[in-house]
Amino acid sequence: MDYFVELLFSGLTRGAIYALIALGYTMVYGIIGLINFAHGEIYMIGAFTSFVVATVLSIYGFPLLAIVVLAGVCAAIWSSAYGYTIEKLAYKPLRHAPRLSPLISAIGMSIFLQNYVLLAQTSDFLPFPELIPDFAFMEPYAHIVGSSDLVILVTTAVLMVALTILIKFTRIGKAMRATAQDRTMAMLVGINVDRIISVTFIIGSGLAAVGGLLVASHIGQINFYIGFLAGIKAFTAAVLGGIGSIPGAVIGSLILGLTESFATGYISSDYEDVFAFSLLVLILIFKPSGILGKAETKKV
Amino acid sequence: MMSETILQVTGLTMDFGGIRALDTLDFEVRAGEILALIGPNGAGKTTLFNCVTGIYTPSGGDILLYQPGVRARTRLNGLKPNHVAEKGVARTFQNIRLFSKMTVLENVMVGRHCRTKAFILGAVFRDRKTRAEEQAIVEQSYALLKEVGLAAQVNELAGNLSYGAQRRLEIARALATEPFLLLLDEPAAGMNPQETIRLVQLIGKIRDQGHAILLIEHDMKLVMTLSDRIVVMDYGRKIAEGAPEEVRSNKEVIRAYLGEEG
Amino acid sequence: MFPLKDLKRSLLVSLWFALLTFPLMVIQVDPIERVVNWRWHNMFFVAMGSFVISVVSKVFFAQKEQQLARKRDAGDEVSETLFQRVLHEPRALFLLSMASLVFALAFPFLFSTYQTNVMTTALMYVVLGLGLNIVVGLAGLLDLGYVAFYAVGAYSYALLNHHFGLGFWTVLPVGGLMAAFFGILLGFPVLRLRGDYLAIVTLGFGEIIRLILENWNDFSMGPSGIANIARPGLFGLDLNLNMAILYLYYLMIALLMITVFVVNRLQDSRLGRAWVALREDEIACQAMGIDKTRTKLVAFALGAFWAGIIGVVFAAKTTFVNPASFTFLESAIILSIVVLGGMGSIVGVIFAALILILLPEYLRFLSEYRMLVFGAILVLMMVFRPEGLISNRRRIYQFKKKG
Repeated sequence: MDYFVELLFSGLTRGAIYALIALGYTMVYGIIGLINFAHGEIYMIGAFTSFVVATVLSIYGFPLLAIVVLAGVCAAIWSSAYGYTIEKLAYKPLRHAPRLSPLISAIGMSIFLQNYVLLAQTSDFLPFPELIPDFAFMEPYAHIVGSSDLVILVTTAVLMVALTILIKFTRIGKAMRATAQDRTMAMLVGINVDRIISVTFIIGSGLAAVGGLLVASHIGQINFYIGFLAGIKAFTAAVLGGIGSIPGAVIGSLILGLTESFATGYISSDYEDVFAFSLLVLILIFKPSGILGKAETKKV
Repeated sequence: MMSETILQVTGLTMDFGGIRALDTLDFEVRAGEILALIGPNGAGKTTLFNCVTGIYTPSGGDILLYQPGVRARTRLNGLKPNHVAEKGVARTFQNIRLFSKMTVLENVMVGRHCRTKAFILGAVFRDRKTRAEEQAIVEQSYALLKEVGLAAQVNELAGNLSYGAQRRLEIARALATEPFLLLLDEPAAGMNPQETIRLVQLIGKIRDQGHAILLIEHDMKLVMTLSDRIVVMDYGRKIAEGAPEEVRSNKEVIRAYLGEEG
Repeated sequence: MFPLKDLKRSLLVSLWFALLTFPLMVIQVDPIERVVNWRWHNMFFVAMGSFVISVVSKVFFAQKEQQLARKRDAGDEVSETLFQRVLHEPRALFLLSMASLVFALAFPFLFSTYQTNVMTTALMYVVLGLGLNIVVGLAGLLDLGYVAFYAVGAYSYALLNHHFGLGFWTVLPVGGLMAAFFGILLGFPVLRLRGDYLAIVTLGFGEIIRLILENWNDFSMGPSGIANIARPGLFGLDLNLNMAILYLYYLMIALLMITVFVVNRLQDSRLGRAWVALREDEIACQAMGIDKTRTKLVAFALGAFWAGIIGVVFAAKTTFVNPASFTFLESAIILSIVVLGGMGSIVGVIFAALILILLPEYLRFLSEYRMLVFGAILVLMMVFRPEGLISNRRRIYQFKKKG
């Protein structure tokens, strides 16, 4: 039973992380219909930025709380700036190009960013400082659920609620929903669509950066390649939930996280990644609209 | 004298979610005639075309095709678009769908696809049969382009043609599939008066060559001069049917048009 | 000459990039020794670089705008480069191909064995590029898992040679057919998907194949791979290493010529037209009686066939295969070749493959930046020149005036 609960929590933790990344995919897809292939790299850059900031601060002897907060804030700011810049450079000029052009551009961007980090930093795995201490009150449950799992779950939950409030109740959220529904119409009623797209990239990137920080401190090491797999898995989660749908991304992520956790826990861990890829292929073939997505009707 | 029926639509219904775009529609097309479909925007005319040509699978009813020289009738519901084309039904599109980065000639040559055979081996080895077939494709396509008045532009990219010329190219491409029933979706849209006059002549000529034509058009003058019969649709239903002069004086038709638009 | 407003903007751009890249470019930490290495010079390079690029791209766009305006006024054709005009002149093209053929045949005698070996690799990428070009360039199907078929070919030879001692020439067609078979197997369910989903599914498929090769030890010997694969035989002669390299080189030249011939003929055929038409508009294609699934499947299988063939050659050339040779990056490299060359253009793909594979080989200082450049090429080509280095021109037909 303990083992089951342990797997349950590790699955939820995984799912929470996937959700933080998947939201960026799904929001961008909802607004401009692009699979932002470079999104996984934004997450990786978030992890690297928090690594650099946290390590520098700890060398200069800052207290842990300040390190955590500053690393998180810096990661979010810089990742958002990367997301914003990438959109302006690689996607915006292709707004009216054939559908595959921005996707190819996104793939190029992803490869570019991976190698940029590889050259600017290192190709080795870097040990990530432990930012989340073991809480005393978690002591009795430590064999089932770690403190960092708890922090990840709580942080993700808080961010999800904040995002929901932003999208449901604020002016910018309304504009985002309008743009997602019909870009031309939104433009006609005076919404600055370019700005909404930028905001979407910024929010998505910020969330991915927080994900990067949390994973890095949970797992304890990072390298330039972590974005590829995490990106694909988060994309799988987004498609599973129905790409374009925000609650769908969260549900899809939790399902993916839990199934991965139970499958590796009870069956075998050799094929962990094969499993995610197969799931992706199967959903796209049999139910590309996902759990909460709308089926597309072709217009002739 | 009544000529034989080649397309029979009975009880055709098409639902999109909660919206009923076609509602138990009945009509038929007879050999060698021009039948016009008219009705306000959103009446379901293009949806009907999409059902007949296999792009949509109807929710209910039947679409039956009687091919000349073939005894058995063919049920078109749920057939793939390419099979419908093979059976001899070709169409044009309301919002022009040409292969814009291919030349004018190549567009028509693609239309010959379903009447020709060469495949990988033929393409690679170019045996005598393939060469003859290829030669025939080029010649037939060129002849069709001359017919629609595009002979001078064969090597231009389709996307660079004027609006009217693109519409005529779509007709030539459809004719290349050797249809006995041709579906034209607003062929005169965006044409200037001179182009429209030439289009009327062209459609008349195509009919005289023995093709039956099902025509969606908003230009009433064109419809009234060309068509043998008219079917009027509103909200997915047929509200009237008959010869042009009958339809013109039909009260229900006047109400559907005037009540909607003026 | 250069407006002040633009200069100011470029300065802002360079400031932006200097700040953007600050944490990763400037700071480098050693978490074990606990030292921080501040590389301020990098900030300077980034600022200078982005300033120059910003200015250059502004000038480029201004020129493009002017060109467009001039074209609109004059109403004439897009001006083509001299090189491109030469390519469209059949006689010039013939001379050019003859000259390159003579050069290619003489190459091993003019340069060292090492160079010949490098050239063989480049030629393999040319053929891979031409194969993927059928799928991406002609039929417009973005296949991100192309490397999977390459792996199928390579492992076909490796395994058949290892277990049954089958020779290169026997397995060459088998490897191609195996890959084509896998292409059909994958193609059946996925080819009805929309373009971007197809791309992701093929990517997933490519990774699945690689992960299976890595984990299924009994079948593929896992990450350590299969060694001692036989080199291609020549009528039972025992070739020394130099001769084998030479032999493989000429084999690749022959394979390339066959590929060019076949792709060229396919392009200009009923099937080739159907591919391009499908790329342009699927619905119109179907309404014209083209069987969408079948036509796509043929493109997919043919592309896979070439990947399989080159896979066999790869296994024979390196005499060793392991899963690490078949990562997504390999697919991305081949895709860059097709994109850079110009989708659908044979000459373009040949040039692009030679540039992308040979340049980092000869400019050693570049090799570190190889993948960075490949990524940048994909982005830059899409933004600035989506038609590629050499845009594909449609065939011109001549008719007599009276017809």
